[in-house]
Amino acid sequence: MKSLSRLMAVTRKEVRQLRRDRLTFAMIFGMPLMQILMFGYAINTDVRNLKTAVADEANTHLSREFIAQVGETQVADVRHRVDSVADLEELLRTGDVSIGISIPPDFDRRVVDPNRAAAHILVDGSDPTVLGVANQLRNMPVAFDSNRREQEPSAIEVRPYYNPERRTPVNIVPGLMGVILTMTMMIFTAVAIVREREHGNLELLINTPVTSAELMIGKILPYIAIGLVQLALILAIGDLLFDVPVRGSVLDLYVAASFFIAANLALGLFVSTMVSTQFQAMQATFFLMMPSILLSGFMFPFDGMPVAAQYIGEALPITHFIRLTRGIMLREASLGDMPFALIYLGSFAFVAMTAAALRFSKRLD
Amino acid sequence: MNDELAIRARGLSKHFGDLRAVDHLDLDVPKASIYGFLGPNGSGKSTTIRMLCGLLTPTEGTADVLGYHVPDQSNELKPRIGYMTQKFSLFGDMTVVENLQFISEIYSVPAANRKPRIDELLEKYDLTGQYKQFVRTMSGGQKQRLALACAVLHHPDLLLLDEPTSAVDPQSRRDFWANLFRLAEGGTTILVSTHYMDEAERCHRLAILDHGVKVADGAPQELQDSTGMNIVEVLADNPYQAQSVIKQIPVVASVTQLGIRLRVLIPESVGDALDLVNRNLRQQNITAETRIAHATLEDVFVAVTLKPEQRAA
Repeated sequence: MKSLSRLMAVTRKEVRQLRRDRLTFAMIFGMPLMQILMFGYAINTDVRNLKTAVADEANTHLSREFIAQVGETQVADVRHRVDSVADLEELLRTGDVSIGISIPPDFDRRVVDPNRAAAHILVDGSDPTVLGVANQLRNMPVAFDSNRREQEPSAIEVRPYYNPERRTPVNIVPGLMGVILTMTMMIFTAVAIVREREHGNLELLINTPVTSAELMIGKILPYIAIGLVQLALILAIGDLLFDVPVRGSVLDLYVAASFFIAANLALGLFVSTMVSTQFQAMQATFFLMMPSILLSGFMFPFDGMPVAAQYIGEALPITHFIRLTRGIMLREASLGDMPFALIYLGSFAFVAMTAAALRFSKRLD
Repeated sequence: MNDELAIRARGLSKHFGDLRAVDHLDLDVPKASIYGFLGPNGSGKSTTIRMLCGLLTPTEGTADVLGYHVPDQSNELKPRIGYMTQKFSLFGDMTVVENLQFISEIYSVPAANRKPRIDELLEKYDLTGQYKQFVRTMSGGQKQRLALACAVLHHPDLLLLDEPTSAVDPQSRRDFWANLFRLAEGGTTILVSTHYMDEAERCHRLAILDHGVKVADGAPQELQDSTGMNIVEVLADNPYQAQSVIKQIPVVASVTQLGIRLRVLIPESVGDALDLVNRNLRQQNITAETRIAHATLEDVFVAVTLKPEQRAA
């Protein structure tokens, strides 16, 4: 009873201080807003309208028709016409274009010769995404007979489930929830204990009957609420601006998020027991942020990573959370379909919290 | 455990690596008294206080505080002590009354008693006008009164004050000490560290610490009466010249200049100290008034922190 009232006292104090810290308060809402707009609008892996130059050395009816077709694909945006392959290479080198299309003088003859390529597409391969997109141009039919332009049906058909329009935000937003929650939750809690140490409040607190566990849990409770509010904010913006669906149960999503938030807060608290200044706390959280963004499957597909990187990714709570959010939001999965991810998050929170409470000694030596 | 003692420590030591911050300290603090720790910075005052409230584990030795063995029983001890840190440690972004409220909740003061107790403290420590003020905007004296109010809110039996007056003006210090006396009369034991002589003088008992070692222990008057030194006060036209002459006398333990006067400490074993000083000054044709003076606490401090060879003469 006394324990609970001490815990609530710590929580009330934390909320009170948080409310008065305008910058932090603004960050709670500003950070998700900014990130979701940034990632949602700026990042697009479905690239279109690559800057293109053409060197049409044939200049026949067929070659001109071919160039017009290239423009219609929306993959390439023909901006320059030059005379030779050397000019194309120059434009590529200076970065003025990403794609150069070279049509040799004997284009018409090459079209009917199955053993020779009719045209060459030079691609700025330094960006693998551009290279992947340019590859689509290979499938363009080139023939004299315009009736035969309809491509024969392929033996294998790819059917994109869950995101048929291949819109990037649909992929990004569920992952972004993980990134935003990791960032805010970890920074706030990592700083929470250290700030009191720096201000000298801690020496007062550890001389009172409040226990380590009461102090730790009391401090993270308000942030769990904040995390859930952030989640609601991201879902609302995702729905309003980017039409990102929540196909599964919202309740499942909130349960998953609660576990994930607890895991991050516990990790943040653990960090705060390891460092002695707020600056060190920030450095440590950034150190943990990089793998969370890069190795979690948020930016790059998990399967494409080397095994060692996958192990690191598996250890991070965000990896499991992103699997859950993508599952629940896009694939209409339920928590029961992915029990391991939830168990991992819960265990992680428990272990990190215990470690933090053990490390946070009520002594100064 | 003696019922008359609030704190009893034997051979209490704390080492930080090679540094002996506190070295075999024996301490007997009687109940309901004000006990002072006097010593320069780095003499082990804070370290001792932190060991006594269980914040630091002693390297050696034992301490009983209010009948609890520290640090093992420090959790039981915590509700019964009040602690005022050297650095102000309340929450600057909360108001006076919010800080008091938080402390009262942390110490599990029954909800019904909270408001009356807080009002009483605001009144007693002259903070009624500030009760809605943010703590970080208050003056040093106000902060200090609030820190004391928070430290005594739960009626502790023992109050540990670590250099409580280092950041306040003389008037605030006087008021602060008036409060301490009132608390001691009410039965609270107070352990206070300071490096101000005038504050040390007000304590019922006093321990002088130097480099982690207790070099003197007793009531201030007792200490002043038993320095083992004769004190000669010299009023010279040219104090600097007189000082250099007196310093040449081999048995002189210490010469301190206070304005135009010099205070000369000479071990009692030497005999007629006044005559010795007069003789030496005359030989150098220096005119000066000299007289034997009573030892002040500062003299005590100088005497007990001398190196052994200076003291022995």
